[in-house]
Amino acid sequence: MATRTSAGAAWGRVAYSHLDRTFAVVEYEVRKLQHDPSELLLRAVQPALWLVVFGEVLNQVHLIPTGGVSYIEFLAPGILAQSVMFIAIFYGIASIRERELGIAYKLIVSPALRISLVTGKALSASVRGLSQAIIVYLLAVGLGVHPNLSPLAILGVLIAVVLGSMLFATLSMIIASLVKTQERFLGIGQLMTMPLFFASSAIYPLSLMPAWLRPIALANPLTYLVEAARTLMIPGEVGLAPLWVDFSVLVGVTALFLVVQSRLYPRMAQ
Amino acid sequence: MEPLVAEALTRRFGRLTAVDQLTFRVHDAEIYGMLGPNGAGKTTTIKMLTTLLPPTSGTASVVGFDIARQPGKVRASIGYVPQMISADPQVTGYDNLRLFARLYQVPRAEREARIASALAFMGLTNVGDALVRTYSGGMIRRLEIAGAMLHRPKMLFMDEPTVGLDPLAREAVWSQIERLRKEQSTSIVITTHYMEEAERLCDRLAIMHRGSMVAEGSPAQLKATLPTPNATLDDVFAHYAGGEMETGGGFRETFRTRRTAIRLE
Ligand SMILES: Nc1ncnc2c1ncn2[C@@H]1O[C@H](COP(=O)(O)OP(=O)(O)OP(=O)(O)O)[C@@H](O)[C@H]1O
Ligand SMILES: [Mg+2]
Repeated sequence: MATRTSAGAAWGRVAYSHLDRTFAVVEYEVRKLQHDPSELLLRAVQPALWLVVFGEVLNQVHLIPTGGVSYIEFLAPGILAQSVMFIAIFYGIASIRERELGIAYKLIVSPALRISLVTGKALSASVRGLSQAIIVYLLAVGLGVHPNLSPLAILGVLIAVVLGSMLFATLSMIIASLVKTQERFLGIGQLMTMPLFFASSAIYPLSLMPAWLRPIALANPLTYLVEAARTLMIPGEVGLAPLWVDFSVLVGVTALFLVVQSRLYPRMAQ
Repeated sequence: MEPLVAEALTRRFGRLTAVDQLTFRVHDAEIYGMLGPNGAGKTTTIKMLTTLLPPTSGTASVVGFDIARQPGKVRASIGYVPQMISADPQVTGYDNLRLFARLYQVPRAEREARIASALAFMGLTNVGDALVRTYSGGMIRRLEIAGAMLHRPKMLFMDEPTVGLDPLAREAVWSQIERLRKEQSTSIVITTHYMEEAERLCDRLAIMHRGSMVAEGSPAQLKATLPTPNATLDDVFAHYAGGEMETGGGFRETFRTRRTAIRLE
């Protein structure tokens, strides 16, 4: 019995040391944002345009059938998910910068497990995602949306935002590890964002999509972020699938991407 | 036990053999220099020894651990100052050190004291809270060395530690490297292009040329191998590396090397 507890304690210490390194990376990235928060403010412009201009116009004309809720209520969680994806999908540019300087070398040569480093980076991307979520909530309320304000619903949205940010930021870092240069990275990033956005249920329901697009939208992780946010944020909205499906997809794909990126990350120092 | 033993270490990139059958040892608390023209394979050797790059063939043990079989243990016992700028300009010097103190698991109770003493050792106490973006090239290098010594590694690898620094800044870095060896008995491998640096700092030197080691010994021993009386290290270098300062290093490498020389803003 005694040996088992001490083995357990040793295991706990090891797990704690890896987690502590993950949080060291998070704390460091947050410092960076504190020194230069301008990006966060600039990033608020795009969701504002989508909601205020696009949303308000389509809200008037009733072109898109959105069941019992108004179009703007339907759209708000979609724009939340979209802005979380947009800010995360270019996160890999920071890894490329870290490679062009020698910072990546020092991270990779440290005794931290690659998965700890990569998870730390992905988690810090979610700080940016959360700032976007807050902005979209405020904008939506300003436009007359009555989001579900129960603590559980808000917590659920925040968790979905953290997962979605991690998922797309890790995908972005995977691309960065593969292409290694800014030019190629930006090209691919721009090529990916619009298809991911339009092949999701962010701005119209799946039922309006042509038959060939629907399976693509169902394979698109953004759809599950949109659906989770929509179910949790808008009273009376029910997503395509139960919430546990949305969250399982987000957790599963994020975990897969983290494992892939922890294998690819050492390339940034070769 | 010798802190570094490399046996027939080899690395190929496609058809290019960047490092060819390199065999050498570094003794305890020794400063060992690798001198060679651009493209000689110095950085590639350091990357293999620090576990960043797997060797194509050959083996090495660093502080008693095999670089291929025990990379985690190697990483925990060494410090590394890359050729390129590796301090983050977007945060303060202190923030840079704090990250590495945690990644290397410097115990929480000691962390602040160690960071403060590393900053003091490198003469950076009053700029610790300034953004690295505002540092000079010499301050950046000293910050990087401070970061590499935080966890008191037994062995330190420095890739061209004084490239692009003015003579005063260079002198400051040299004297800190010497103190580090003297006060903490750290074994140190440095690479350099500068004869003056090799002569001043290194107990022993390896002259690298096109991936191979063409001569090894103390500066005095190397000079004595030449028939000319009063030979200088420049003569030694010209003799063994064929006077060739340029054997490689395309635009990209030159760009990188030069960039370490400029301020970040
Ligand atoms: N990742 C890589 N892929 C292909 N070739 C490489 C790679 N890294 C280095 N090389 C080549 O290997 C050779 C040795 O390079 P290395 O960087 O080790 O030289 P070096 O002695 O450090 O030169 P410098 O003094 O310019 O830093 C060069 O010809 C270089 O172009
Ligand atoms: Mg080099």
